[in-house]
Amino acid sequence: MSRRLEFEIFRLNPEDPESEPHTDRFEVTETPYMTLYLALSQIREEQDPGLQFDFACRSAICGSCGMLVNGRPALACRTLTSQLPDSIRLYPLPVFRLVGDLSVDTGSWFRQMAERTEAWVHQKLPFDASAEESRMSDDDAQAIYDSDRCIECGCCVAACGVANIRSDFVAAAGLNRIARFMLDPRDRRDESEWFEVLSSDQGIFGCIGLMACEDVCPKQLPLLEVHAYLRRRLFASRLVGKQTDT
Amino acid sequence: MNGELTSTDVLIIGGGLAGERCALEAASRGLDVLILSLVPPRRSHSCAAQGGMQAALGNCAMADGDNPALHFLDTVRGSDWGADQEVANIFAEEAPVAVRELAYYGVPWTRVRGGANQYFIKGKKVTIEESLQHDGLIMHRDFGGTAKWRACYASAGTGHAALYALDSEVIRMGIEVRDRTEALRLVHDGERCVGAIARCLRTGRHFAVAARATVIATGGYGRIYGKYTTNATINDGSGAVIALDTGIVPLANMEAVQFHPTALSPSSILVTEGARGDGGYLLDRNLHRFMVDAEPDKQELASRDVVSRHMAQCMRDGNGVDSADGPHLWLDVRHLGEQHLRTKLREVFDICQDFAGINPADALIPVRPTQHYSMGGIRVNKDGAAYGLTGLFAVGEAACWDMHGFNRLGGNSLAETLVSGRIVGRQVAEMAADTELRANTVLYFDALAEADEYARNWLQRTGNGTNVFQLRDTMGEIMMHKVGIFRSGDELAAAVTELQQLHDNCDDVGLRNRQPGMNPELTFALRIKGMLRLAITVASGALARTESRGAHCRTDFPVRDDANWLNRTLVRWAREAQTPELSYEPVGQLVLPPGHRGYGASDHAPMHSTIEDYNAAVLDLQSAAGRPASSEPLGQRLPEAI
Ligand SMILES: Cc1cc2nc3c(=O)[nH]c(=O)nc-3n(C[C@H](O)[C@H](O)[C@H](O)COP(=O)(O)OP(=O)(O)OC[C@H]3O[C@@H](n4cnc5c(N)ncnc54)[C@H](O)[C@@H]3O)c2cc1C
Ligand code: FES
Repeated sequence: MSRRLEFEIFRLNPEDPESEPHTDRFEVTETPYMTLYLALSQIREEQDPGLQFDFACRSAICGSCGMLVNGRPALACRTLTSQLPDSIRLYPLPVFRLVGDLSVDTGSWFRQMAERTEAWVHQKLPFDASAEESRMSDDDAQAIYDSDRCIECGCCVAACGVANIRSDFVAAAGLNRIARFMLDPRDRRDESEWFEVLSSDQGIFGCIGLMACEDVCPKQLPLLEVHAYLRRRLFASRLVGKQTDT
Repeated sequence: MNGELTSTDVLIIGGGLAGERCALEAASRGLDVLILSLVPPRRSHSCAAQGGMQAALGNCAMADGDNPALHFLDTVRGSDWGADQEVANIFAEEAPVAVRELAYYGVPWTRVRGGANQYFIKGKKVTIEESLQHDGLIMHRDFGGTAKWRACYASAGTGHAALYALDSEVIRMGIEVRDRTEALRLVHDGERCVGAIARCLRTGRHFAVAARATVIATGGYGRIYGKYTTNATINDGSGAVIALDTGIVPLANMEAVQFHPTALSPSSILVTEGARGDGGYLLDRNLHRFMVDAEPDKQELASRDVVSRHMAQCMRDGNGVDSADGPHLWLDVRHLGEQHLRTKLREVFDICQDFAGINPADALIPVRPTQHYSMGGIRVNKDGAAYGLTGLFAVGEAACWDMHGFNRLGGNSLAETLVSGRIVGRQVAEMAADTELRANTVLYFDALAEADEYARNWLQRTGNGTNVFQLRDTMGEIMMHKVGIFRSGDELAAAVTELQQLHDNCDDVGLRNRQPGMNPELTFALRIKGMLRLAITVASGALARTESRGAHCRTDFPVRDDANWLNRTLVRWAREAQTPELSYEPVGQLVLPPGHRGYGASDHAPMHSTIEDYNAAVLDLQSAAGRPASSEPLGQRLPEAI
C-alpha cells in the first residue's frame, strides 16, 4: 500500500494585505521515486494553484529550491519522500526575504554577497584573444572546481546561527566563494587585498564555529576545511603584513 | 497592474550564457544594459549543461591535428547539411577564443596531464602518452559525431562553471539584472522593435522597457514536450513566442527537435553524452551492445539523432527493458571505475544516486531518448539580427542562427552561446550606439494595456472545468507520441488538429486562483497559449517536410531529399490568424556539398541544381524571405573550397 503523506506548508502572500502567516495541510499519495518537486507540483496543480515555490532544473544543480524540510534546510527537488516520515513540514528558508509561501529571494542576497567579496577573478592584464590559454595543473583545476561547485541554494546560510541574526555576514557560501578565488592562480589579489575581504566581522571573524553549514550542504562541500584554509591564509598574511610593517 | 516605463540602451531578455555574453559585449562598449530573467541568472538552464564545450584547440593526443576546418566539417555533417555553412565556419573559427576567454574569466577547465593516461576507447582500455609539452593546457573529451576529441570540460559541470564565471563578470561590470521577471510581449511599430512589456514575478505587476536594441536570449522550448524533456521547468519558449506573436518575425526549422539518447528513466534528468564519450556503453534487455551492430564505426558515439533512433528502434523491436513507466535501455559506465565517475563525471554520479538511487560504479543506469534541444528558433542573420523587425536580435538556443541545421552536435551549443554572444553583442552595441530612441510613448502604454487586459481576461472568466496544467500535460503527450523521434504523415496531421483544438479551447479554460501578487496559476496561464502555438509550428513544419533529415525522421519519407528540401522552414503567425504560415529559404551558400555523414543512413536524393546555381540564388531568396542585410556581405566568411 502506498503511504498517505501529510504536508504542513507555511503560507504567506506579502502582496495580499489580507494574508496572515499560517500553515495549510495537504494530503498526497506517495508514488515510487517521488521527490518533493513532484509532490509540490501535484499539490499546486490539483489542490491549491496559489501555492508558491521555486523549481527550475529539478536536478539539484540550479539551486532554486532550498526550503526547510522538517526543520532542516534542503534542496526540495532532490529530497525523496521515501526518506521522510509520513508527515512533512515545509517552511521557507529563513534569512532571505520572503517572496511568498516557500519562495524566497536568494538571488538578491547572493548578488550583494558577490559584490561585497568581489567574487570574480581579479586579472591585471586584459584578455588576449590571440594567446594560448595560461597553463594550470590539472590538480589545481580540480581543486578550484571542487569549491566552484557551490550552487548558491542558500541552505548553509539558512542553517547559520550568525547569518540568522546578522544580515551582513557572508556565511559559509561567501567564505567558500572567497576561498575559491584565493585558490585560483589567475586571481592577482595580493595578501593585503585578501586581508581586507576576509578579516572583518562580516568575513571569517563573524563565524562562531557552530558549523551547521557543512551538514546541510547538498553538494557536500568541505566547508570545515574551507574555514580552516581561510584562517591559515589569514594568519600567514598577518605575519607577512607585520614583517613588512617593521 | 499598470506600471512604470523605464529605458535602457540595450534590453537583454534572458540571463543564460548567451544573454550574459551578449550583455558583457554591449556593456564593455559603454552602453547601458538591462537584463531580464525569470530566475537569478545563475539558475538559468545553462547551469545544467554537463559534458562539455566544443573547440578545436587540439591539445591532447586524441585531438592531435584538430583544427577549425575539421570542426566545421563535423558540424555541417552533424546538421545533415541543414546548417548555414558560413555561420558554421564563423563558429568553428571563433570557438577556441571563446573557450580561452572563459579560462580567463575563471572556468576551471580540466587540464592535460602530461605522461601516461588511461582511457576507454570503443570498449577497450588503452594507455596513451600525453605530451609533456602540453601539460596544463585545456583537456578534451570525446563526444558524438566528431573526428577528434574536442569537447573542453570542467568535470561534468561545464555549464555551471561557465555560467558562474560569466555572471561574475556581469557583476564586476555592474550590469543591472532584474530577476524574477518575464518578458510578455515586444513593443514595435511594425518596422522597429523598441522594447518590451514585462511582468514582475514577485508582485505580478507589468512594466514597460524602452530600448534602442532588444535581444532575445531565452533558451530552448523543451517544455512543449511536457515532462518528456531534459530541460528545466522554465524552458517554455516564451522568447520564441513573443517574437512569433509580432506576426512579422519568423521562427525557423521548428520541426528540428533533438532527442538526447540518455535521459534517466523516468525522471528525464539528463546523463551527459560525456558518459559515452568517456567510454560508456548502451545495452539492451539482454545486456547486448546493440550500437556496435548498428554503427560499427562510431558505435555509441554516432550523432544524437542516429543513436536516439537506434535506441527507439531497439525498444520498438521489443528489446527494451520493461518498467512501470514504459520501456528503457541501459547505460553502462561500471567499467570506468568509481574514481573516474567521482571526479571526471561527478555530476553523473550524483544524479544517479539522488534520482535513481543507484551507484553507477556497480549498477546499470536506466535511460531512454528524451527531448533535449531546440535547433529551431527565432530566425536571424549572421549578425544575430531578426528577420522582419529592426532593433531586434536573438542569440543562443532561442535563435536559429543556424549552425546546427537538423541536428546539433553535443558540446556545440555551449560553444555557440559564447561565440554568438560575442558576435551579436558587438552588432547590438553598434546598432544601439547609432540609434536614437524616438518611440512614441503611446506604443508602450497601448502594449501595457493589452498585457493588462489579457491577464484580466484570464482572471475574470469562468472556466469549463479544465485547468491550464491539464492542457500542458495533454500537449506533452501529443508532442512526445506524435511529433517525437519517428514521425509519420498520419500522426503529424492528427497532432496538428489536436493541438489546434487545445489552442482554441484555451479561451474556455478558467483559473481557480485569483490571489494578488505572483499568482502561479496565472503565470502559467499567460504562457500556455504561446506554448501551444509553438507546438503547432513544430508539428506543422514536420508535417510539411516530406523527407528525413537529421533529427526529423519521417517513416513515410525515409530519405534525405536534397532535390526538394535542402532548405530552411520559416514560420510566421499573422495576428488574429487561426493557423501559421510556412515558407522556405535556402540553407545558405554551400561549400561542402551534401553527401554521406559517415554514420546513419547512406542514401539520399541528390540536388537538382549545381552548387553554383544554388549559391547564386541564396542572397535574393533570403532577402525576399526577410533577411536583413548583414554588416559583412553574405558569404564573406565561407571557408575556402574543401
Ligand atoms: C541537461 C542539459 C545538459 C546540457 N549539456 C550540454 C553540454 O554538455 N554541452 C553543450 O554544448 N550544450 C549542452 N546543453 C545545451 C545548452 O546547455 C543550452 O543550449 C544552452 O545553455 C542555452 O543557453 P542560453 O543562454 O541560450 O539559454 P538558457 O541558459 O536556457 O537561458 C535562458 C534565459 O532566459 C530567461 N528567460 C526565458 N524566458 C524569459 C522571458 N520570457 N522573460 C525573461 N527571461 C526569460 C531565463 O530566465 C534564462 O535566464 C545541455 C542542455 C541541457 C538541457
Ligand atoms: S530545482 Fe534546481 S536545485 Fe532544485
